[in-house]
Amino acid sequence: MYVAVKGGERAIENAHAWLAEERRGDKDVAELSVAQIREQLSLAVNRVMAEGSLYDPDLAALAIKQSRGDLIEAIFLIRAYRTTLPRFGASKPVETAAMACDRRISATFKDLPGGQILGPTFDYTHRLLDFKLAADGDVPEAPERATEPAEVPHVADFLNQEGLIEEALFDDTEPPDLTREPLEMPAARALRLQALTRSDEGFTLGLAYSTQRGYARNHAFVGELRIGSVPVEMDIPELGFSVEVGEVILTECETVNQFTGSKTEPPQFTRGYGLVFGQTERKAISMALVDRALRWEELGEDNVGAPAQDAEFVLYHADNIQATGFLEHIKLPHYVDFQSELELVRKLRREAGAAAVQEAAE
Amino acid sequence: MKDAVEEQTDRKAWMSLLAKAPEGRISELLDATVSRPKFTWLRPPEIGSTMVRARAGAAGAPFNLGEMTITRCALTLEGGAVGHAYIQGRRKTDAEAAALADALMQTSVAPQLQRDVLTPLSEELRARKSARAAKAAATKVDFFTMVRGDD
Repeated sequence: MYVAVKGGERAIENAHAWLAEERRGDKDVAELSVAQIREQLSLAVNRVMAEGSLYDPDLAALAIKQSRGDLIEAIFLIRAYRTTLPRFGASKPVETAAMACDRRISATFKDLPGGQILGPTFDYTHRLLDFKLAADGDVPEAPERATEPAEVPHVADFLNQEGLIEEALFDDTEPPDLTREPLEMPAARALRLQALTRSDEGFTLGLAYSTQRGYARNHAFVGELRIGSVPVEMDIPELGFSVEVGEVILTECETVNQFTGSKTEPPQFTRGYGLVFGQTERKAISMALVDRALRWEELGEDNVGAPAQDAEFVLYHADNIQATGFLEHIKLPHYVDFQSELELVRKLRREAGAAAVQEAAE
Repeated sequence: MKDAVEEQTDRKAWMSLLAKAPEGRISELLDATVSRPKFTWLRPPEIGSTMVRARAGAAGAPFNLGEMTITRCALTLEGGAVGHAYIQGRRKTDAEAAALADALMQTSVAPQLQRDVLTPLSEELRARKSARAAKAAATKVDFFTMVRGDD
């Protein structure tokens, strides 16, 4: 219960002034620009865009600066800003098969058309602190290799040719949108994917890890992981045709899962799908594993009661802005609630005390 | 004479190219070749979003991936040509320049604009793409077998 009280205005103003000063830190140290954050903390920027569900690197960088690097606070700022924007429309589904890949790897096929492209990865680094970065220094140009534009087909398409993998059936149903309609169960896969792509990375990672450890066991291989840019094309109603309005960088992960068959499906490989704004590899892999676990029902698998199989549990707890909003509200004044609890505990103690005295007397 | 389909294809191509130009670049190229004509706003620049969609498993049913910021505007030149812009980001001056270029491409200065604005933008875009592709190609793995265990 909330009761309006007055008297905190000056304290709040002063707290905000101090917050601004602490945000700036030691003034002998140069101030960070938004462009520096955008360029040099780009993976943080990517996470804020993905979970804020708004692709705009400059805004995400600004939010990170304003939030002092608290990424959930930054995501909150982006989500709040997003609600102020008029929606001009929806794009055509992006063509990830035509992605200009910065990175493209497969853990299932060594030699595949288009090749294994490592891209700018932390993999194979030794995870030793690099003290050279603590000093100023020029970075040498990355090597280049002459290349011709080539097709980089999806790995799942090769398995498809043998009929060994479940097909993603083409469909043009207008997808549900959880930013317009409240999330309700049962949730179609399209709705689950929308919720997962903007879900908290840590929560999604934990759930995905739980499936690997045996809760809703579905042994996943990374059939393919690709990162790169795709054009975004949308219909312009006043023109009567569509144009590309820009490009976004996406991370896509398709898992290939062993599947021995069920009451309804033959033995084959099944698929989990992850697609996330930005270079966000851990999140995309996690999303694919959780997507696959949530598909138990349509594939005729048993519900073993694992958390990652429970769509309601997963989807209602995966959004870090909802979670933090409810969690953090308990620090706000609950004086009257607490006063009544206090009265109750005092009363119970009085009664317990009186009972004890009576017992001792008997 | 081009037919309506060809005209539409051409316009779609240049609008798509203008949308991908780096900040400030359209104005630089445009102002270096023509003086800006008078125009009236049909829709002054406004910032909004579009919902980016994708397909489950890259080929299945569509789902909503998340929004991106968009700036759009529409204007009309004194001669009657109407220019539209829909470009990524929050960039009102770029949207204005893109809409002007779109309108001018429908006038007699089109060949000049093609030469001095669209062609350079297209070459710059290709150069950025190929530099990135070349860096990616340098990280392509060349497997070779060291020892094959036959026993």
